Amino acid sequence: MANIDISGVKKVYPGNVTAIHDLDLSIDDGELVVLVGPSGCGKSTLLRMIAGLETITEGTVAIGGDVVNRKEPAERDIAMVFQNYALYPHMSVRGNLEYGLKNRGTPRPEIDKRVTEAARILEIEPFLERKPRQLSGGQRQRVAMGRAIVRHPKAFLFDEPLSNLDAKLRGQMRIEIKRIQRSLKTTSVYVTHDQLEAMTLADRLVVMNAGRIEQVGKPVELYEKPASLFVAGFIGSPPMNIFETATLRELPGVSLPASLPQGADVIGVRPDSIVLDQPAGAAIALKGTVELIEPVGGESHVYVRLAGIEQIVILVVQGRATFGETDEVAFYLPEAALHPFDKTSGRRIE
Amino acid sequence: MQTKRTIFPNKGLPYLLLAPQLVITFVFFLWPAGQAVKSSFEREDPFGFRTTFVWFENYQRLFREPSYINSLWTSLVFSVAVTAISMGVSLLLAVAVNRLLRSGRIYTTLLVWPYAVAPVVAGILWWFMFNPTIGILPYVLDALGINWNHRVNANHAMILIVLAASWKQISYNFLFFVAGLQSVPQSLTEAAAIDGAGPFKRFWTIVFPLLSPTTFFLLIVNINYAMFDTFGIIDASTSGGPAGATNTLVYKVYADGFLGLNIGSSSAQSVVLMAIVIALTAIQFRYVERRVQY
Amino acid sequence: MVENRPFLTLLTHLVLIIGVVVIVFPVYLAFIASTRGGGDFMSGVVPLMPGPHMIENYSRMLTAGLSTYGAPPVWQMLSNSLIMALAVSIGKIAISITSAYAIVYFKFPFRFLAFWLIFITLMLPVEVRIIPTFAVVANLGMLNSYPGLIIPLIASATATFLFRQFFLTVPDELMEAARVDGAGPMKFFRDILLPLSRTNIAALFVILFIYGWVQYLWPLLVTTDTRYYTIVMGIKRLAQVADADPLWNLVMAAVMLAMLPPVLVVIFMQRLFVKGLVETEK
Repeated sequence: MANIDISGVKKVYPGNVTAIHDLDLSIDDGELVVLVGPSGCGKSTLLRMIAGLETITEGTVAIGGDVVNRKEPAERDIAMVFQNYALYPHMSVRGNLEYGLKNRGTPRPEIDKRVTEAARILEIEPFLERKPRQLSGGQRQRVAMGRAIVRHPKAFLFDEPLSNLDAKLRGQMRIEIKRIQRSLKTTSVYVTHDQLEAMTLADRLVVMNAGRIEQVGKPVELYEKPASLFVAGFIGSPPMNIFETATLRELPGVSLPASLPQGADVIGVRPDSIVLDQPAGAAIALKGTVELIEPVGGESHVYVRLAGIEQIVILVVQGRATFGETDEVAFYLPEAALHPFDKTSGRRIE
Repeated sequence: MQTKRTIFPNKGLPYLLLAPQLVITFVFFLWPAGQAVKSSFEREDPFGFRTTFVWFENYQRLFREPSYINSLWTSLVFSVAVTAISMGVSLLLAVAVNRLLRSGRIYTTLLVWPYAVAPVVAGILWWFMFNPTIGILPYVLDALGINWNHRVNANHAMILIVLAASWKQISYNFLFFVAGLQSVPQSLTEAAAIDGAGPFKRFWTIVFPLLSPTTFFLLIVNINYAMFDTFGIIDASTSGGPAGATNTLVYKVYADGFLGLNIGSSSAQSVVLMAIVIALTAIQFRYVERRVQY
Repeated sequence: MVENRPFLTLLTHLVLIIGVVVIVFPVYLAFIASTRGGGDFMSGVVPLMPGPHMIENYSRMLTAGLSTYGAPPVWQMLSNSLIMALAVSIGKIAISITSAYAIVYFKFPFRFLAFWLIFITLMLPVEVRIIPTFAVVANLGMLNSYPGLIIPLIASATATFLFRQFFLTVPDELMEAARVDGAGPMKFFRDILLPLSRTNIAALFVILFIYGWVQYLWPLLVTTDTRYYTIVMGIKRLAQVADADPLWNLVMAAVMLAMLPPVLVVIFMQRLFVKGLVETEK
């Protein structure tokens, strides 16, 4: 087990395409860090550089204090779980689990011990002699996990490991991965484009965009205090509502709280912090027509078209909505729930 | 050109892996081909002491030689006939097999094995059947008033090698036509049937057009086959005779160069043949690459 | 088919039966001839019914041959053919699979050039370079030898392309997983890629075995010593004399023996054969 230090790392592909710009990130021993972002943001490239499957153009990657830039993947003592599992199709499950250990010259009794142990943890003992094609998607996923576990590596690297599973199985495996990572305490880097998966798994979340880190922090921190418009829009579902202050000021009867910081030309409000009853403190009062109500079980998502401007606002209402579609509603954005941003830089203003 | 997303970093190993193939390619393909091109521009004196560079003289002579023009013509007639007969027959058989469900497989097995028969053996088999003294077919033809003798009759000789060459090639074309027919979606013929098209109309208006990529591919392959892979058939049955009536380009290169030892002319002939193969290969790759996107 | 038309089904069977008869007839005739006595070919027409001399004819050809006509025993020619066909197919597969591996899994200077050099061999069949290739083999002292029969034939563009095509369909992650698991290039090749290529190798082997077996022009050029005759070229020598002396029964026994091995391969490995044929031509 080890910490991972990424400093000044840059990736330039042939043809001068820069995938990663001068990136720094420290991952503590035993921590589970999730890299999240839209496709093409460089999260997979970064993971593959840690694995040694991509060369590092500039900067250094250190695992357990050791700079590994020039080392082969096998010499870095990491294990990787791939999106399509990458199980060796002609080997049995046991063969798949043993292969990495055999290549390292692990003695036979030790191999058997570790395979038994991993099979027990992942509950795949009944399938050990089967070929991968005889397994279901969820079982293959477990075998792929097992191949990582048996190695007792310094770090686990996960490259969108749950993307090929259906929604229900994905939820189960997410919990499973978290449980196993907790009990083994192995440093882990996990790449996903699914923000829900990212939020629920991460000890720390790294939001990436266009080859740069937008924000690093605990999932709750990122949710409560997004450092940029990008993070604000990416984390949370339904997404944050974004208003231009200039537009709001022009609406008749709307006044903005005096506490709003200088230069906040954009403000964001989470759908679940919008309220229907006038709150005690300062708030922005708005009116609009209900366009659509989506009941999603315990709560309802309400899409309201603002009077005067053609902007749609999303509200989360607990339980059932007390109004119907095409009704007029008034609602309030409480002062404390406002996230002020600078429009040009996209950064948060304190 | 495509490789894997990640590649192995070794520097020397790929050369080592390629070495056997490249060495053989160079020693037995490129070098001899280069030699052929070189000596096609040279003339050797009768005693083999001196060679002189003669530019295109060998080529000029070649194309003035009536026997070479005759050989070009013979190759053309032969290739067209073999291609037409073997493709026509195999298309008919493939369509028939494609109509059947289980018995189709038995017919397939009975039809594909001639692929494994060596051209020389095919030549001998047909030569035996057409043998003027004891062959069964001349006997039958005699009853019809035809006096068969491919040893003296040029047309008979041509018919003999065309039949033998087509016979051997049917299995190959048949397999490709069957594969092509199976890739025509059943829903299309069903839709045509609902639109009121009978089986023959369906074939000509729906199936055959969709088969055109396979047909075109086979056309090139068959011309190639008739030009280059039929040496054994000719050598075993007619040896190019009578009077050069079945002396195709490939047979002539062999006869002039290896038996007649006329190096300059034979080299020029080789170069002409190379040009033909290159043209055929180019056409094949240019059009066949596109055949998936009908 | 969509509808049921008994007449059309009958016609279908009729077409196929005629087709099969035409395809089989020449070989049937050869088989009949190989079972008759020598005297049956003196005059008249070839008999259409089997005779009683099958075992006698075949065993004579296998063990003794027609030495007075310069033809060695058939078993010797058969074993030469077997050696040649096996060596050519194994050799082609071996050098093609390693070439394809180099081209797909490595990047190196002149990779493109190497690919094109291999491609060019497609355009240079033996038939178009008879004399100079013969000269090279003669200069290397390889006339009348197994290496001379085999090595010049084992370069193969089609096999290389087939393996390249197949390797490109193998998921990239498999190689990455193997690297993380500590496998170097040769280990990955041996442990993962080779086992995955099994069916392709088998299909290709069937096609190449036939290719090696039916070679005629090349053995004709490089062998003059009867000890190196392959069955296919030996048959031609036999046939030349058969017409003068009517030894058709013996020649046809040899013809049957020459056809049998590759034809059996096609019949019994039909699935692999079809796969190999259709895929190498892509």
